[in-house]
Amino acid sequence: MSDATFTVTFAGPLVTYQDAGRPGHMRFGVPASGPMDRLAFDAANAALGNVSGTTAIEISLGGLILTSTKGAVTMAITGGDFTIQHQGQKTSGWTILTVQKGERLALSAGKSGSWAYLAFAGQLTAPQWLNSQATHSNSGFGGGALKSGDTVTVTNAAIREDRLGTIPQPEFEDNGPIHVVTGPQDQHFAEGALDLFTSQPFKVSDAYDRMGMRLNGAKLALNSALSIPSEPIVRGSVQVAGDGIPTVLLADHQTTGGYPKIATVISCDTDRLAQFRSGQTLRFKPVSATQAIEITRRYTTAKAAYLAEVSTPRGTLAQRLMRENLIHGCILDEAQATIGSTSTA
Amino acid sequence: MTPHCTAIADHALLVSFGTDFSQGAHDAVLALDRALAADMPPGAIETVPAIVNLLVSFDPLVTDHGQIETHVRARLETARSTQIQGKTHRVPVCYDAPFAPDLTAVATATGLSPEAIINAHLAGQFSVLMYGFAPGYAYLSGVPAPIQVPRKPSPIRDVPAGSVIIAGGQCLITTLTMPTGWSIIGRSPTAILTGDDTRPFLFDVGDTVTFERISADSFARQTAAHV
Repeated sequence: MSDATFTVTFAGPLVTYQDAGRPGHMRFGVPASGPMDRLAFDAANAALGNVSGTTAIEISLGGLILTSTKGAVTMAITGGDFTIQHQGQKTSGWTILTVQKGERLALSAGKSGSWAYLAFAGQLTAPQWLNSQATHSNSGFGGGALKSGDTVTVTNAAIREDRLGTIPQPEFEDNGPIHVVTGPQDQHFAEGALDLFTSQPFKVSDAYDRMGMRLNGAKLALNSALSIPSEPIVRGSVQVAGDGIPTVLLADHQTTGGYPKIATVISCDTDRLAQFRSGQTLRFKPVSATQAIEITRRYTTAKAAYLAEVSTPRGTLAQRLMRENLIHGCILDEAQATIGSTSTA
Repeated sequence: MTPHCTAIADHALLVSFGTDFSQGAHDAVLALDRALAADMPPGAIETVPAIVNLLVSFDPLVTDHGQIETHVRARLETARSTQIQGKTHRVPVCYDAPFAPDLTAVATATGLSPEAIINAHLAGQFSVLMYGFAPGYAYLSGVPAPIQVPRKPSPIRDVPAGSVIIAGGQCLITTLTMPTGWSIIGRSPTAILTGDDTRPFLFDVGDTVTFERISADSFARQTAAHV
């Protein structure tokens, strides 16, 4: 195996290197960062057979064009519905393909979603900070943002024929309202504000980046003009400034702040929330802390089963054609068992 | 002090010792933080001390709010007898032009001379209250009352890293080029983000900081030494 390199022909804003993040430094003002949509990021790595948390490129709606300058490598694309252009073919996300020297790969915003993930069969070369390549977007610490003219290097670049094709998309995710646990400062809001928050629709505004998502909708009035001593913030905190406008803090959130928080989005729902696009409407549903833990535990079990399924190689083209024939012959289970054992190269 | 515990989503507990700032509440936060550091609840990931409350984040697959709260409450007794003995840091600051663009304005606002502002700042005993806003932004309390000034009405852009800034009773040494509405009274060659992976942040919450005046020449030499 050798290196594969690319020139960044074009990169929109907020196209960054991300690994699983750097938890454990919030007391020093450092949020965990990492992917905005951890499920899609994990799926991309699983589908390639990568170690979980391998650094990938997170692509914003601004898009990314890479031109291969050396070597060949297989890569996975997941996340929002982005348009992929490669070798005259135009497809949409959740796919695995191999890019050869001289070829160009372009990803651009498609119909829905806000973030796409490009994972490689190999290791991306990028700076580390606090043992992580995750980019903290405000400071640029970690792997950093990709800019036009940069070189992207993949070491130990591999071609994985048995992984090519469509990645099954997760179907276990909830499409309903975003779950929140109310508080910790719901008592600082005027009468009716919490009811408005959990009953009215909110529209994602243009002020949406890796730090947070400002929402338009009902104004959530605070009791008098108040200031609370700054206190810890987490990914998912819904803070409300004096103007009554809620902001959901996300991967690159500040770690402390003095705005009252009306609620916190539960951890597993911050992934699907992150894929909402400016202009889209969403709703919040309150759950108890106990229910929140139950939802997260169910989600984690379903996610593990899904990732295990996605990480099974689909086999080479010949094997896949063979399987198609066998499926039509109604001996699916046996065929999958056979393919599973023959393609673990 | 008996704290109030609040569930944060599915993965954290906020332990609050009050709703308004008091030294007692903050000391209780620091003491509990120390006590938990020595004896973390199973499944806990990290603790985040702030002004009057402490966040304990945890893995919801391993534990839950109730178990964390039980562990925290059982450690309050230990926390009460925990000595909060932070380190003391002496941080060099150059108060000369061009590093102190707001010194004159602070002097005018307080009716003191620029030299008196500097001396008051040098006489201050600062405590690391908490981190926040950006990586390595340590909020230091202890700006002497005579030199306290409010935030500016609008922030100034592109304030260089290392700027020593004040607003109200708080002081901060910036780590990034950032906008700020605080008054810039000096520049320090000391990096709060140390670049040393074994000790990446210079201060711990609860440490004490005092400032030491250096000349522009000394600033230049110390800055050059970092490169």
